[in-house]
Amino acid sequence: MSGQLLSLIPMDFEAPGPQSFEAAGNPVFPGVPGLEWLTKYMLQAIVAVVLIAAFWVVMSRKRSMVPSKSQFIGEYAYNFVRNGIARDTIGHDWRKYLPLLVALFSFVLINNLFGIFPLTLMPTTAHVSWAYGLAGLVWVIYNVVGIAKHGPLGYLKHTVLPSGVPWFMWPLVIPLEFLSNIIVRPATLALRLFANMFAGHLLVLVFVLGGEYLLLESEPIINKVAGGASLIFSMAIFGLEIFVQSLQAFIFTVLTAVYISSAAAEEH
Amino acid sequence: MIPLEITGSLAIVGYGLGAIGPGIGVGLIFASVIQGTARQPEARGAMMGTAWIGFAVCEALAIIGIALAFVFQGQQ
Repeated sequence: MSGQLLSLIPMDFEAPGPQSFEAAGNPVFPGVPGLEWLTKYMLQAIVAVVLIAAFWVVMSRKRSMVPSKSQFIGEYAYNFVRNGIARDTIGHDWRKYLPLLVALFSFVLINNLFGIFPLTLMPTTAHVSWAYGLAGLVWVIYNVVGIAKHGPLGYLKHTVLPSGVPWFMWPLVIPLEFLSNIIVRPATLALRLFANMFAGHLLVLVFVLGGEYLLLESEPIINKVAGGASLIFSMAIFGLEIFVQSLQAFIFTVLTAVYISSAAAEEH
Repeated sequence: MIPLEITGSLAIVGYGLGAIGPGIGVGLIFASVIQGTARQPEARGAMMGTAWIGFAVCEALAIIGIALAFVFQGQQ
């Protein structure tokens, strides 16, 4: 019995893991001097910036009262961030932060969607450095907004001490709030984006590579059936990935807005 | 005779266990938001603001879990 079971389990299959992401970190043009920094992630980010800039320029080029089709799409995307994220979350004074939120949302969304786009097939944010960079930018911005609003000491007090806490709770509350607002916030903002993209891409790899192995390289007929089913089901996984990638871009932007609004909030 | 040998890192199993709590927590937060929106639709904006902060704090546990799963991956 156990011998039969063993023969069903492919033993020379190398499961996808963190090592599957290393190839995208190699230079795109190996051997060309001066271009060693141009990895696949870097190239995708540059393409994303060009695409986003072109999108917003084209959408807003021929503005009119009665919008054309392209202007309608542009306004729809812009209004989604403007009404759904900036106005609802930041509330008072939200217009100042709208360009940042639109730029962040489009950059994260396009870079996430590269994970399912056939020519790239790798989300840029599946490399943790990009997530760290974006979250570091957000961290600097919301702290600067708070310091500009309340002054350095006022902002520190505003951040680490919620109003209405009795004095004997201060030794407990102050370190916790400092840890939560200054250190954990940027770390989780970066790792949430990275972990979702990384795990999603790994899920796709498991279904596609596992299905290919079972279908083409393993022997019993039941393995071939399972491999075909796995390959078909990977299409559903791609659909799930589109949803998760859009949701993560949305959450990243909403949390940026929440952090800015809590840093700039008035005392109650 | 070993019928089925499973190799790999136990840290991933630990992450799976660690993700249960945040999963329940995030579910409770958004269940309350849905209920609140059904009862008082005009308060949705205010509720979503608080809900996103609660969601971020709650999911921080799962994110710390996946970071630690990578940290302890190499240890047997």
